[in-house]
Amino acid sequence: MKAAVIVFPGSNCDRDMAVALRAAGADVTMVWHKDAALPAGVDLVAVPGGFSFGDYLRCGAIAAQSPISRAIVNHAGRGGYVLGVCNGFQVLTETRLLPGALIRNAGLRFVCRTVGLRVATTDSAFTAAYATGEVIRIPVAHHDGNYFADADTLARLEGDGRIAFTYKDNPNGAALDIAGVLSDNRRVLGMMPHPERAADPALGGSDGARLFAGLVGQFATT
Amino acid sequence: MKAVVHVMLKQGVLDPQGEAVRHALGALGFKGIGAVRQGKVIELDLDRSDPEAARAEVTEMCERLLANTVIESYRIEIA
Repeated sequence: MKAAVIVFPGSNCDRDMAVALRAAGADVTMVWHKDAALPAGVDLVAVPGGFSFGDYLRCGAIAAQSPISRAIVNHAGRGGYVLGVCNGFQVLTETRLLPGALIRNAGLRFVCRTVGLRVATTDSAFTAAYATGEVIRIPVAHHDGNYFADADTLARLEGDGRIAFTYKDNPNGAALDIAGVLSDNRRVLGMMPHPERAADPALGGSDGARLFAGLVGQFATT
Repeated sequence: MKAVVHVMLKQGVLDPQGEAVRHALGALGFKGIGAVRQGKVIELDLDRSDPEAARAEVTEMCERLLANTVIESYRIEIA
């Protein structure tokens, strides 16, 4: 599987993302945000965490206007896979690839700790390696992770099984305890928790490694 | 001419910063404060002379970048 990890000014989880993807067997290329095109033959685009453009205006808003973001939207439009983590999730909502928005944590504090996540659906390449209802432990580290969408959108996400992960103990006020959502075609996932920070037992946990292994594994068998 | 854009969270979207300001004002002894909402003001100097054309252009700026209409509303003043 060929993966591209996008690097914006202020990205800080890009190298961790690349390490986790390579450990799962992916062929990873780092792509600077000013590039207007993705490398040929890319299967997965990973938009990493961090503070792109210093979170100016709104988290992810400026990054969503970068030249590479148009290429990411086109890639998704062709049925390509996209994973956005933390700031990457914020970027994906700002490009409207995913519905809703991430607003300031209800408790106003930056929350940085490992949380329990419930796997809400296994019907996606990202979550197929888990069991439905399984609780995994993944770190969160964000100030604006409070998922918001209007009532109709939330009902649609729930009805279509597009909520990928929910918090066991909601750390930020997110609607319906949502930690991650899928696109309509289930090939774009945005999530606030950091699976790449739980991809090696030496770093305190490996529950996130299965997300990458499952994702890369799908390409090995098809 | 100058355009001033006011961006506010929509009614119904939780504004924890506004709530924190309300609590702090209460702690200072200010009484009778209902809701407090916090937003942002963006000033733009525009090389335009037609107010209607300027308003149309700033509206497009708001829709495409300055506001996220999923959570925010905006109001434009042209002066």
